[in-house]
Amino acid sequence: MSAAELKSFAKAIASGGIRVVDLTQTLSPEFPTIVLPPELGQCAPFRLEEISRYDSRGPAWYWNNFTVGEHTGTHFDAPIHWVSGKDLPNNSVDTIVPENFIAPVCVIDCSADSTANPDFLLTVERLEAWEKQHGRIEAGSWVFLRTDWSKRDYKAYANLKEDGAHTPGPAAEAVKWLVEERDVLGFGTETIGTDAGQAHLFNPPFPAHFYMHGKGRYGLQCLTNLDKLPPKGAVVVAAPLKIKQGSGSPLRVLALIA
Amino acid sequence: MTAPLDRPKRKNPLARTRLPLLPPAARSRTAHGLTAAAAEGRFALQVCAECQAVLYPPREACPSCLSARLPFKDVEAGGTVLTETTVHISPEPYFRERPASRIGLVKLDAGPTAVAHLHGDVGVKARVRLELKLDRSGAPVMVALPQEDTPNMADDPALREMTCDPKFRRVLITDGRNALGQAMAKAMVDAGASLVFVGLDNTWKPFAGEDKLKALKGVEFVPLDLTDSNSVTELALQIGARVDIVINTAEHVRAGGMVGGHGLNDARDTMELRYFGLMRLAQAFGPVLRMRGADGVNSAAAFVNLLSVHALANWPAYGVFSAVEAACLSAAQSLRAELRGGGVKVVNAFAGPLETEWYQTLPPPKVAPSALAKAVVDALRKGTEDVFVGDVAQDIRARLAVNPKALERELGE
Repeated sequence: MSAAELKSFAKAIASGGIRVVDLTQTLSPEFPTIVLPPELGQCAPFRLEEISRYDSRGPAWYWNNFTVGEHTGTHFDAPIHWVSGKDLPNNSVDTIVPENFIAPVCVIDCSADSTANPDFLLTVERLEAWEKQHGRIEAGSWVFLRTDWSKRDYKAYANLKEDGAHTPGPAAEAVKWLVEERDVLGFGTETIGTDAGQAHLFNPPFPAHFYMHGKGRYGLQCLTNLDKLPPKGAVVVAAPLKIKQGSGSPLRVLALIA
Repeated sequence: MTAPLDRPKRKNPLARTRLPLLPPAARSRTAHGLTAAAAEGRFALQVCAECQAVLYPPREACPSCLSARLPFKDVEAGGTVLTETTVHISPEPYFRERPASRIGLVKLDAGPTAVAHLHGDVGVKARVRLELKLDRSGAPVMVALPQEDTPNMADDPALREMTCDPKFRRVLITDGRNALGQAMAKAMVDAGASLVFVGLDNTWKPFAGEDKLKALKGVEFVPLDLTDSNSVTELALQIGARVDIVINTAEHVRAGGMVGGHGLNDARDTMELRYFGLMRLAQAFGPVLRMRGADGVNSAAAFVNLLSVHALANWPAYGVFSAVEAACLSAAQSLRAELRGGGVKVVNAFAGPLETEWYQTLPPPKVAPSALAKAVVDALRKGTEDVFVGDVAQDIRARLAVNPKALERELGE
């Protein structure tokens, strides 16, 4: 690509020729975080503590300290997050090559299925049917599961029942297929995790984590605005914070649409 | 008979809220022996260790034998009213803006004759039971109550000044998600609170007891997360001026000591909720509570902390938790001094292990949440500020008074 082409790309963004869609949820204290049994370690919710607001603590400036877990809000999962990816090279957010932070995305629309069934699972058959319609999922692509889950209120979003969360996600063999047969870059969802709410009962448990991270692939979750993306053709910019040995981080996720 | 309190009328929004005034608070260091007794609702006077004379008011030397050994001991609380006086006009601003006060000389069964506030249902020659109470300034005073309970006796204006009765008051319970908050909400409704705000964090997260709590009449749910400064501030901005009693029911009990723990997250979570949560409540609700200490019969009255008795002496099996509770106790002492100027009491209710999930593995005796709630209602009605609920709390209290070092060693075994 020439410098002129890169410049015309920037111009297209400024002029609206390329649309930029924000796929990020606002980081707020109220946004649900993953719920684990209370005796286990917990991911910290987002909290903001004012340093000063044009007052005696700092007369002309407003700023805050914030605290947050690596896996709170719209966030990126690095391979080191899961035990299956613990020994891989470049498996933490600070060592992932930056080229991997920009990639095309395939969006699988399962919103109607998920509305009908909160425990909806994305299967290989479903992915193959999608490919018949939109073409092959290319190596190095993100695959996003659109469920419209981000449009729900927080209670319906977390959808916690006595037997845990009931939220859609991928079946174990679908994740395996995406990694081994299609060589994808990673898997993204609108729900709190990349896995289904009941995925602790799957074999292996939490397959999106197990297979994706086991092969050095990434995860994105708590995405929004997936309904504004085309099935194919958008490019995603998702660069996590450069936390030393970080297992993930909240981040701004942008999609570019020609 | 005491006239029953009418449900307070709505405030005239054009009228200024009167600032709280306090009765004279100065007491000698020795007289704080009465403060200590009143804080716990005991009736203790000096009893001469040499000649057994019972003394009142507190003195530095025994008038009978000149001994300086005059420890405070619990004594007979009965007496007979000898005379009564009605004080119509006082030079004290506090008394000037209140109804005429009745005081009398009471011959105590324990020996001395004392000047006491007389309850409205008590006349000359009446047999009475005496109580030491902390008045609006937190200073100990003697009150003569009818020997037997009389109808509506708690509504006596002078007595209500010295108590924090939930009747017709508006209560904020900070966490309705746990058994303690739920028991407290029910107890406050039953005690006649006019409105019980119940805080709930993360409303998207279901919890046990939700249906029962939501069916309770007189309860209003408010979003409140004590780990989030903005949440606490927001709520205080919305309802702060309508809260007369704050009861902090947030709990975060975890077993484990200093060495065996794995990282700081549990300790930090406990600190965040319990200590910083208390501080957030104090900063958000404290100023308006202090302003409203004289705001009619439903004035701001109390801030209630539910503390582990191991705030007083660390129990290494729950070592980190005990340390956080000790920090909360220390903070509560500061809060007490800061709210005293507004006539608002800080009540600390100490308990040992509760009959709740996080104390599951411990054997009895444990305190049921409903028992702790009842003890808090009693404390508010009596106007006490330190209450030890259940066998464990009372045992620790007693052992601490005798030999703190022995207690420390025994708790660590």
